[in-house]
Amino acid sequence: MEYMILIYSDERAWASFDEAALKAEYKKYIDYTKELMASGVLRGGSELKPSTTATTVRVRGGKVLTTDGPYAETKDQLGGYYLIDVPNLDEAVRWATKCPGSAYGSCEVRPLNPSPAPEAG
Amino acid sequence: MLARILDEIARREGPRILAGLIGRLGGNFDLAEEALQDAYQRALATWPSSGVPARPAAWLTLVAQRRAVDVLRRSGRQVEGAEEILAQLAAPEAVEAEGFELPDDRLRLIFTCCHPALAVPAQMALALRTLCGLTTREIARAFVEPEATTAQRLVRAKAKILEARIPYEVPSGAALEERLAGVLATIYLVFNEGYSATENESLVRSDLSAEALRLARLVVALLPGRPETLGLLALMLLHEARRESRADAEGVAIPLEEQDRASWDRAMIAEGLALLDAALARRTPGPYQIQAAIAALHAKSPAPEATDWPQISALYGALYRLAPTPVVALNAAAAIAMVAGPEEGLAWIDEIERDGTLEDYALLHAARADLLRRAGRHAEAREHYGTAIARSTNGAQRRFLARRLAQISAASPANAPPASPPGPPRSSG
Repeated sequence: MEYMILIYSDERAWASFDEAALKAEYKKYIDYTKELMASGVLRGGSELKPSTTATTVRVRGGKVLTTDGPYAETKDQLGGYYLIDVPNLDEAVRWATKCPGSAYGSCEVRPLNPSPAPEAG
Repeated sequence: MLARILDEIARREGPRILAGLIGRLGGNFDLAEEALQDAYQRALATWPSSGVPARPAAWLTLVAQRRAVDVLRRSGRQVEGAEEILAQLAAPEAVEAEGFELPDDRLRLIFTCCHPALAVPAQMALALRTLCGLTTREIARAFVEPEATTAQRLVRAKAKILEARIPYEVPSGAALEERLAGVLATIYLVFNEGYSATENESLVRSDLSAEALRLARLVVALLPGRPETLGLLALMLLHEARRESRADAEGVAIPLEEQDRASWDRAMIAEGLALLDAALARRTPGPYQIQAAIAALHAKSPAPEATDWPQISALYGALYRLAPTPVVALNAAAAIAMVAGPEEGLAWIDEIERDGTLEDYALLHAARADLLRRAGRHAEAREHYGTAIARSTNGAQRRFLARRLAQISAASPANAPPASPPGPPRSSG
């Protein structure tokens, strides 16, 4: 079953890191990604550009509403994700535990709905 | 007649059958429950002519499993993992030949219900529903919440187990240790529901107590030597040993000091004391061990007057430091009253009542009434017995309180004016 690991953290903390600290943090993600790849469960994943680059689109009654950013009031922002394929929630949680983001932010683990397209299987 | 036999079988074997079905149906609680209900219907339809089978639980399992296979076949791809489950269930007859339950089906069920990915109230509701077979209404009563809230909790928990694939298994390693506390709490909840049934005419539902003891023994076997697990089993045995003496023939609860100590189950007490010793030898005290130590002091005391109240009071103090809940404080107050007198106990109860969380808790009012009675303040005691009776949901408890009320009403003039509480009126309305 496929699960998304959604990594939420305080972007301002990231922005305040000096270069050495930033490098050390990225190294952790690189190692983690390598481990996921080596175990064969990795289906995809990416770091996102900061939430200041985000645009939210809503269509209400045929009218398009385009606004800046997602939820300005929350401290933690979605910063990246991994898509993994593991047998059950415990395995997914085990991987999320190892994700560097869970050490300072939080990782949301969510199963994916199977793709509705018959060709996808 | 047959309906009553089936009822008895369902109550005794239902949770066990359900646990096995949920396991084989890939954690699909709803499908398992529906299939089992269907099997009960078939039993009612066929047993009158065929007779009750030699192994009714195996019969019900087999019929329920066939029913589930039918549902899965017809569902196509609508049921999560239908094909996978069907492949595994290819030979349903196997259950008949083999015996139908792996030894730890219910242990798997309890670990699944107690998965940390479920909210704690949902864990408890699900455990009471599936392990004890309590109805949604009974669970709602136990939690003091609207039935719709409980129902919604159960629906969400079952859906999450299925959709997020919470594994139906006993975890290993660190995950097992991490989940043990929740499992022990749930087993104790099951025991307590059996020991003083929330909404029942009799005081006990012995089937639930027996089930809790069985589950605790399984956990001890699975994880030998854990002090709190040993402590919990000891605690439950020491309580269970007094079961026969806790109510009279008319179903009226009997307080500890008036129980016939000769009727206590000495073998069970001996086993409880030995388990407690083994737990305490590991020198890692915890709430269950302390509660077991308190129960042990009662069990070892040859007469009510010989009870070591100073030590019991000290143990409640230690328990309160580990688990500072108002219910523990209430028990501590009762013990203090035995050492320092009822007025001292009443002062503690005033303190607890200020907290407000036990406002609807019948035993708070019962404890206050009892201390007022001991202090000779009968008019006030009568008033609080009345409040306790109004809030009690257990028949045996209610009858006991009514008897006490009658006793003190006979001892003092019935038409005495109700005393108003001393001091300024309570600010918290």
